[in-house]
Amino acid sequence: MVNTKVNLCGIELDNPIIPASGTFGFGYEFAELYDINILGSFSFKGTTRDPRFGNPTPRIAECPNGMINAVGLQNPGVERVLSEELPKMKKVFRKPVMANVSGFSIEDYVYTVGRLEEESQIGWYEVNISCPNVHGGGMAFGTSPEAAATVTKAVRAVTKKPLIIKLSPNVTDIVSIAKACESEGADGISLINTLLGMRIDLKTKKPVIANKMGGFSGAAIFPVAVRMVYQVSHAVSVPVVGMGGVSSAEDVIEMMLAGATAVEVGAANLVDPFICKDIIEKLPAVMEKYGIKDLQGLKID
Amino acid sequence: MKQSIFTIKENVALTSTVYKMVLVGDTSDITATGQFVNIKLDGLFLRRPISVCDWDNEALTIIYKVVGTGTEQMASMPVGTELDILTGLGNGYDTSKSGNSPLLIGGGVGVPPMYALAKKLISEGKDVTVILGFNNKDEIFYENEFKALGATVYITTVDGSYGNKGFVTDVMKTLTYSYFYTCGPMPMFKAIEATAVTSGQFSFEERMGCGFGACMGCSCETKYGNKRICRDGPVLEREEIIW
Repeated sequence: MVNTKVNLCGIELDNPIIPASGTFGFGYEFAELYDINILGSFSFKGTTRDPRFGNPTPRIAECPNGMINAVGLQNPGVERVLSEELPKMKKVFRKPVMANVSGFSIEDYVYTVGRLEEESQIGWYEVNISCPNVHGGGMAFGTSPEAAATVTKAVRAVTKKPLIIKLSPNVTDIVSIAKACESEGADGISLINTLLGMRIDLKTKKPVIANKMGGFSGAAIFPVAVRMVYQVSHAVSVPVVGMGGVSSAEDVIEMMLAGATAVEVGAANLVDPFICKDIIEKLPAVMEKYGIKDLQGLKID
Repeated sequence: MKQSIFTIKENVALTSTVYKMVLVGDTSDITATGQFVNIKLDGLFLRRPISVCDWDNEALTIIYKVVGTGTEQMASMPVGTELDILTGLGNGYDTSKSGNSPLLIGGGVGVPPMYALAKKLISEGKDVTVILGFNNKDEIFYENEFKALGATVYITTVDGSYGNKGFVTDVMKTLTYSYFYTCGPMPMFKAIEATAVTSGQFSFEERMGCGFGACMGCSCETKYGNKRICRDGPVLEREEIIW
């Protein structure tokens, strides 16, 4: 028997598999396909203070081994998340859920976290300071250690729950940003958000995405994610949640060897809606194949 | 929604760019005309959404136009090829609103979903009229198939090389009908919106990520809030559409 349990910021997960925010909604679409309580947890759709439609369409583009999205944080706003989405989620998911929160000002982040704080099923916050698809916020907070520290400090002051900061790969020194978050009280770091990318249509000679640029994700970015998870997990002492192109049980183990405590699966959910179930079912056999009895403490030097 | 493996039974050209593919597999999750399937293709990351033309207990038929890498690959697939397909996607057409004499309008590659819809409405005893619009004679497909169902069929070509010269709306304005259903390009939709004298349903196309409502890639704003073309659509009612 192998042990797939991991501990993320004091909460035990049955396995390290967490569908990533923006690829899993509030869970109930996927609950029609399989029992989502087999998951370690999931990170719900990025929630902001006010409702957002997001960017104009088209906001999806095909890429080699991946895709670009420029959805732009479409969500119904925190009040409707509380009144409509979370009640629907609770009918199908019983475990602690990760609340993904985004904003355009420090006050936005503080407000949204404050509104969600009383929700007992929220196990962790995943504070997104790395969305490449919105202007005047989002990624702007994730591209300097000072701004990242400011957000972390402000949110830390209004929550008792574990606080995970989600970082952008679109920076020159991700380690310094991770350290800044840790020093202001972050309980964990998750990475990587999407890489800023662009496609141009040869027929129309215009960008495929209406917003011109968007976030590149999918299997193609996996090596970049492994590298950054390795760098950050060796520089901070808080747990790291690794993501970026994870598509198999083997990828999960590789991410954990790089230093991840838990692993998020993103774009793969959109292509194969059963991918997380499949990974969870295959994980024990893949662990045995590589002589791994326990997923804790896999991190290499 | 169901994910399963289908086997190509037939894959033939109907015109120089439009192909008909018959796929044998589990069709049990297809519940309404106007739904679509999402097909995984080798070497491509995102699945390719294609509307369902017709289906029975053993097989489904899709008609697709070669417009890019994915459909080029599909056109070259031999009989016997296995494909990973998500079925039962989208809301589909609501036939309960048709009245006794519905008008169905398909433009170009928007024609295929009209086939199963016409079949269903005729089976419900409705007096179905179909207008199929094409650019020219060489692009026409499925005229005889629609006639064989028992529908009254009008063909329009923009260049007048076959049928009525002009656009589908040139015929539409001469007809009386109880309700309309349509699928086709956006300029045709706008002309229909300007011409139609009844309520109706439009089936929209948008670039999709997942095709089942998870990614918010294909959202649109409607009078009744944001909708996902893939899950809350692709069929929207005339009254809710913001043009």
